[in-house]
Amino acid sequence: MAVNIVKEKCRGCSICVKNCPFEAITMENKLAVIGSACTGCGVCVDKCPFKAIEKTEQEKKTEDLSRYQGVWVFAEQREGKIMPVVAELLGEGRRLANEVGCELCAVLCGFGVEALAEELFAFGADKVYLAEHRELENYRTDAYTKVINDAIEAYRPEIVLLGATHIGRDLGPCLAVKAGTGLTADCTRLEIDPEDKKLRQTRPAFGGNLMATIICPNHRPQMSTVRPGVMKKAPYEKGRRGEVIRLEVNFREGDIRTRVLETVKNIKERVSLTDAEIIVSGGMGLGKPEGFELLKLLADKLGGIIAASRAAVDAGWIDHAYQVGQTGTTVKPKIYIACGISGAIQHVAGMQDSERIIAINTNENAPIFEVADYGIVGDLYQVIPALIEELDK
Amino acid sequence: MKIIVCVKQVPDTNEVRIDPVKGTLIRDGVPSILNPDDGNALEAALQIKDADPDTEVAVLTMGPPQAAHMLRECLAMGADTAYLLSDRVFGGADTCATSTTLAAGIRKAGGADLIFAGRQAIDGDTAQVGPQVAQRLGISVVTYVQKSHLEKGKAVVQRQLEDGYEVIEVETPCLLTAVKELNSPRYMSVGGIVDACGKEITVWDHNAVGLDPSDCGLNASPTQVFRSFTPPPKGKGEMLGGNVQEMCSTLVSRLREKHYI
Repeated sequence: MAVNIVKEKCRGCSICVKNCPFEAITMENKLAVIGSACTGCGVCVDKCPFKAIEKTEQEKKTEDLSRYQGVWVFAEQREGKIMPVVAELLGEGRRLANEVGCELCAVLCGFGVEALAEELFAFGADKVYLAEHRELENYRTDAYTKVINDAIEAYRPEIVLLGATHIGRDLGPCLAVKAGTGLTADCTRLEIDPEDKKLRQTRPAFGGNLMATIICPNHRPQMSTVRPGVMKKAPYEKGRRGEVIRLEVNFREGDIRTRVLETVKNIKERVSLTDAEIIVSGGMGLGKPEGFELLKLLADKLGGIIAASRAAVDAGWIDHAYQVGQTGTTVKPKIYIACGISGAIQHVAGMQDSERIIAINTNENAPIFEVADYGIVGDLYQVIPALIEELDK
Repeated sequence: MKIIVCVKQVPDTNEVRIDPVKGTLIRDGVPSILNPDDGNALEAALQIKDADPDTEVAVLTMGPPQAAHMLRECLAMGADTAYLLSDRVFGGADTCATSTTLAAGIRKAGGADLIFAGRQAIDGDTAQVGPQVAQRLGISVVTYVQKSHLEKGKAVVQRQLEDGYEVIEVETPCLLTAVKELNSPRYMSVGGIVDACGKEITVWDHNAVGLDPSDCGLNASPTQVFRSFTPPPKGKGEMLGGNVQEMCSTLVSRLREKHYI
């Protein structure tokens, strides 16, 4: 889809220039000119008061897309355990498969992981494509890309979903190039177009300031990585059966160019921000690393866990694993208590879907109050002890 | 040894605000900067050059002519050469098409023993272009690199995971994508700024790198933007009043009323 200026209608008002999120429009001789930074997002089309900007679809001759069928989910496992995001992908994948009217399948790679197929069936997979080989025990880009791409070529899925984990975001782009198709990163919403049954993928762009719905009209499979913690988990139906299809795995010398020498865990107690129902989060307003001890008291009282803004992580007060936001974890707990967090857009992007947001900040103009359901202007070192006392009553 | 660093000029999304009334982006006065992760990628290359002065560090970007400003900054930090892939037909590229163009630029520049890129750019946050360039060049890739060490014919790197890291040995040539934990990018030096003014920035269009317009930009992008919208602003919440005890008491009763606690 290309965006073009209709020269006859352009009055040179430059409203489009101001509204373009990508600084792609300039004025030349009192006419708007679309430059090479244009992403075709179409924001300018609606902003133009003179209907002088058009978005045109390009028709392309392509191969027969109907040969591609089925929704696939990459069943990411680490150390023989299915990652939590897989149940979310199967939940979402089931909905998409029903709307398209096709099967839901999982692709499982590893070594000695066949038993995990039962779990994938219980979460709704109709089929599990299983690749087992010593070389697949740990995730490696070359090995996983080759095996899954071979399976895509052989079985031709219509849609492939991966978790936007550090592994999914490594595997996805490589697979997309191999398969010659597009990939949409970090989707937060997936829908099937009711008319043509194509996948609409919505993701935050521009630091969460803009949402973009992306389509992949002429290439298959349609591929997305999906942010963990955003989609609803599939219900677990114990004893549900399905079909296991074994994939043939052969590696030649030179196929795999990396070796994993060692895997090191940073934190003993894994922080599961995505599963937490109550989160007490701290930012620069804490003033010192010890502030998190106070937050922990409140979190323990509520049966929740603590988290942090990027600023507090960058200050070295707490590990990155606790970070909520655009470059950290996306969370949607029942209650999110933001303490001493100003509410930068990057932070808000990672917590705005929480059911109830409570903000405690000394600055009454802090942007965090714009997304908060309840705001308390005050010193968190006074407010939190008072809150704990109130909860004890 | 030759190193190419892929960089991108991005609007500083930290400076972007939303107009609370209209719900639109306020972009006035938002500066364009070197993408932060790309600064770490460049620093990693410059540190290798510090240890071995025979190393040549080239920076490569795809973008509009204004991206030359950012390349000049990279030269002032210590890069030796700079290439700008700039052409109207490169416009509207998704990650798939961008990686084709960058890979063509890398080949035209004579290839490299090692390629660095930032993990992701703050305006798109996809983290796709780095690994896709590697796939197009047929070399191996390690993403999320937080520590790297070169040996003969290979690199030993730490790849960041959500709960730790892996130590990976990878054959060179390879492409590594940098995270901010890798290093702290240096500032431009005065001498560097003076030197940078005297250096040429090579600008290439699609012909120069041997690409057909059908392989570039929008034409070569499998994904397309169907529509864009600003997320609907949330309704205004309630600011609690009174002294600290009163505010806490109101809050707890509100949460209990709605069975949140």
